Amino acid sequence: MFGKFDFGILWTNGPFLWNGMLLTLQLTVLAIGGGLLLGVILAVARLSPIKPLSWLVEGYVNFLRSMPLILVIFWFYTLVPKLIARPVSGFYSVLIAFIMFEAAYYSEIIRAGISSVRRGQISAALALGLTNMQAMRYVVLPQAVRNMIPVLLTQSIVMLQDTSLVYVVGLRDFLTSADIIATRDNRPTELYLFVALVFLVACFAASRLVNQLRRRYAL
Amino acid sequence: MIELANVSKWYGPFQVLNDCSMRVAKGEVVVICGPSGSGKSTLIKCINGLEPFTKGTITVDGISVGARATNLPRLRSRIGMVFQNFELFPHMTAGQNIVLAQQKVLGRDRATAEVKARELLARMGLNEQASKYPAQLSGGQQQRVAIARALAMDPIAMLFDEPTSALDPEMITEVLDVMVNLAEEGMTMAVVTHEMGFARKVADRVVFMDQGVIVEDADKDAFFGTPRSERAQVFLSKILQH
Repeated sequence: MFGKFDFGILWTNGPFLWNGMLLTLQLTVLAIGGGLLLGVILAVARLSPIKPLSWLVEGYVNFLRSMPLILVIFWFYTLVPKLIARPVSGFYSVLIAFIMFEAAYYSEIIRAGISSVRRGQISAALALGLTNMQAMRYVVLPQAVRNMIPVLLTQSIVMLQDTSLVYVVGLRDFLTSADIIATRDNRPTELYLFVALVFLVACFAASRLVNQLRRRYAL
Repeated sequence: MIELANVSKWYGPFQVLNDCSMRVAKGEVVVICGPSGSGKSTLIKCINGLEPFTKGTITVDGISVGARATNLPRLRSRIGMVFQNFELFPHMTAGQNIVLAQQKVLGRDRATAEVKARELLARMGLNEQASKYPAQLSGGQQQRVAIARALAMDPIAMLFDEPTSALDPEMITEVLDVMVNLAEEGMTMAVVTHEMGFARKVADRVVFMDQGVIVEDADKDAFFGTPRSERAQVFLSKILQH
């Protein structure tokens, strides 16, 4: 029905596909790193006793979480160059969009993680003479991180899959590269199967990692 | 050693502590009792500044707890506290629980802190438990680790906030035994508890609270013999029935 499969096409186009993969990985890693960093800052601001700061962050988080990612990507693609009055490469505008978008999700996960640590734990830490910062660092955060790692990783897996949206601004990520070859050589079955397999393996490996981390740090 | 003068505290319009004054002299054991919601837990948490208070003064070893200039972490490190729900750090072993503040607050080196932890665990009858996590220990064992954690800081006084209320009956004794030993060694202690057997055995004085007011502050024998206030009499008759 599909004629003869030719999986050799993956091999001959390996470098092209690999370049797409590199872009996907770069984007994922940088967006996760940046998103986590900004997410921690947002979470702490959200939990801060300074009400206006907390409200500001709440507004930001709720706003971004109600937007489709693709719209955020478009915005930053058109907005960022205008804001700084300089042309910006597609990669950087997309990266900024991802970081801002993911940070909104990460910050909620981190905030929930911190809030999940019982109040009495902080009392016990303070009663021993630890400062607020020390209590956060040695008592609250280790427990909070443990509670949130599975959710953070799950969110990061979703993020990896979402990187395929960058085709809208003309970036050649893994999926886009595969699509180009599929169309050019009329080999959609082989290419799309391959892409599916790669995502499957990556996500499976990541969820195994989640389980292993869970077991290792199980209470 | 510990002195409370005219301490009041409001949660919004609700007054939890009403003009409370009491003192605990060096080496003295004071038991604070009263019906639930009487403010006794709040009162004991004011002593090390875990709960802020609205009016009055509290001094510990001559240092004012409520004063802005007071280095609260430093003062707290000199006062041990034991909680109703143990509050051991679940991500650390029993040993690590006892070592943490010794290192981070007192600046002891690891080896010294570990020796101290082992000594204290042995004293609590928990020789074998240093490398276990709190979740692997019984409630009674956890509370004894928590007492060891507090003692590791070489406190000048110990505060106990209902230390046996969350324990199964058969574990209450093992914790009370440790506390009796501490009292007999001359530790200054303020203990919120319903364990009147403990109070009779080691308390010097008993403070009875009701609705945020210290209703009675009497020598142990006077309190158990002839409590002056009607509310204390009612409370005792209820609690001593079982």
